[in-house]
Amino acid sequence: MNWQWFHRLGSPRWFYEKTDAWVPWLVILAWGLLLVGTVWGLGFAPMDAKQKDSYRIIYVHVPVAFISMACYYIMAIAGAVGLIWKMKLPYMVMKSAAPIGFAFTIIVLATGSIWGRPTWGTWWEWDGRMTSYLVLSFLYLGIIALQNAFQSRDTADKASAILALVGTVNIPIIYKSVDWWYTLHQPASLNLTSAPKIHISMLYPLFTMIAASYIFFTLVLILYTRAEILRRESKTQWVKDLASGVPSKGDKA
Amino acid sequence: MAKSPSLFGATFRRDLLLAFRHKGEMINPLVFFLIAISLIPLGIGPEKALLMRIAPGILWVMALLATLLSLDNLFRSDFDDGTLEQLLISPHPLYLSVLAKVLAYWLATGLPLTLLSPLLGGMLSLPSGAFIALCSSLLIGSAAMSLIGAVGAALTVGLRKGGLLISLIVMPLYVPILIFGASAVTEAARGNPFDVQLAVLGAILAIALLLAPLATAGALRVSVNG
Repeated sequence: MNWQWFHRLGSPRWFYEKTDAWVPWLVILAWGLLLVGTVWGLGFAPMDAKQKDSYRIIYVHVPVAFISMACYYIMAIAGAVGLIWKMKLPYMVMKSAAPIGFAFTIIVLATGSIWGRPTWGTWWEWDGRMTSYLVLSFLYLGIIALQNAFQSRDTADKASAILALVGTVNIPIIYKSVDWWYTLHQPASLNLTSAPKIHISMLYPLFTMIAASYIFFTLVLILYTRAEILRRESKTQWVKDLASGVPSKGDKA
Repeated sequence: MAKSPSLFGATFRRDLLLAFRHKGEMINPLVFFLIAISLIPLGIGPEKALLMRIAPGILWVMALLATLLSLDNLFRSDFDDGTLEQLLISPHPLYLSVLAKVLAYWLATGLPLTLLSPLLGGMLSLPSGAFIALCSSLLIGSAAMSLIGAVGAALTVGLRKGGLLISLIVMPLYVPILIFGASAVTEAARGNPFDVQLAVLGAILAIALLLAPLATAGALRVSVNG
């Protein structure tokens, strides 16, 4: 088996040049799907019998919730790859994923509390899922704080990779324990937490929005990583050529 | 000395000796625990029924904060005087030396905290039936917290101002321990069985015992080389 492709993946320059061609397509795809999903979900999907129009925030809330969890795993896997194969690029992906994941988690909490106002009658409910996302946002904050604390970039990368891995082991435990904690304390009046059966005509726009959000997330992650590559590789010849507008000829970085 | 002592035993004895020679560092978290618990009735009033209701949660949260206080000392002095580097380059597995250090640390911090807790439980009018639950949950929980906290301490030992950062990165990881620990005491205070919570705490401790020293060892290598 030829492993050349794998090691090429570790080259920031290769990644930068490869994604050059992807970005425009991803932009078109992300914005197109987001537009279709939003208009479909907010304008054309049928109204919910109980929650009326307020349920429509699901089209933002659920896809973003998916991603804020997935992002942590992507961050941790990138960190593990960096630790194991000692590559540069995965660390850059890991560092870029942390603020993005945090932002998505904040959006989940914000949309959740906006949704909670009309349905539960309160901005904040110590609901099992919202509490797990609150803890998830703390985990992201820890990674960001640790990453910023070190002078040496190398140490910062490795330390946050270890913390991300420790967090990965903990996330299922935290999730389950918060779930258990909530069912123990659950007030009797709330019954919206059990997922209601959702009609198929409401489901299609939701799938569209989930796909759109994943593509949007990929796009943002690539853009962040590209910026990080330029920042870290600013001393190399190919970045200098890029900055001065000279089309670089040399293939060896 | 008939045979040369293992590194595990040597590290363990040395750390325990150091802890007993620095009694202040050992006692300060306990004093914090005591004062912080005394502040609660001053803040919310001396009503017994209310205190009894919130006692399990308050005791556990304060115990958690008290363990955070001493965490920064776990590797700090060894890092400063170069002992840590010697441990890293020694041929013995770092896993075991980390385990020895954490065990000594827990005996010097977690165990006294556990032994002090019934007294503070009494101050918060915790029913006497819950004392066994409080002690056993703190006994297991503080051991798990020491192991997980060691990862945070190892990650930040290279930083001059690591103290607050440890709390930031470690507190979210303590959430499950807090939930099950406080719940064990709450159930016991109501006269219900609490063996499920203890079993889960034991499971968390088992996982932490297995994985946390590995992560700590990795983190120490990063911190010392960085």
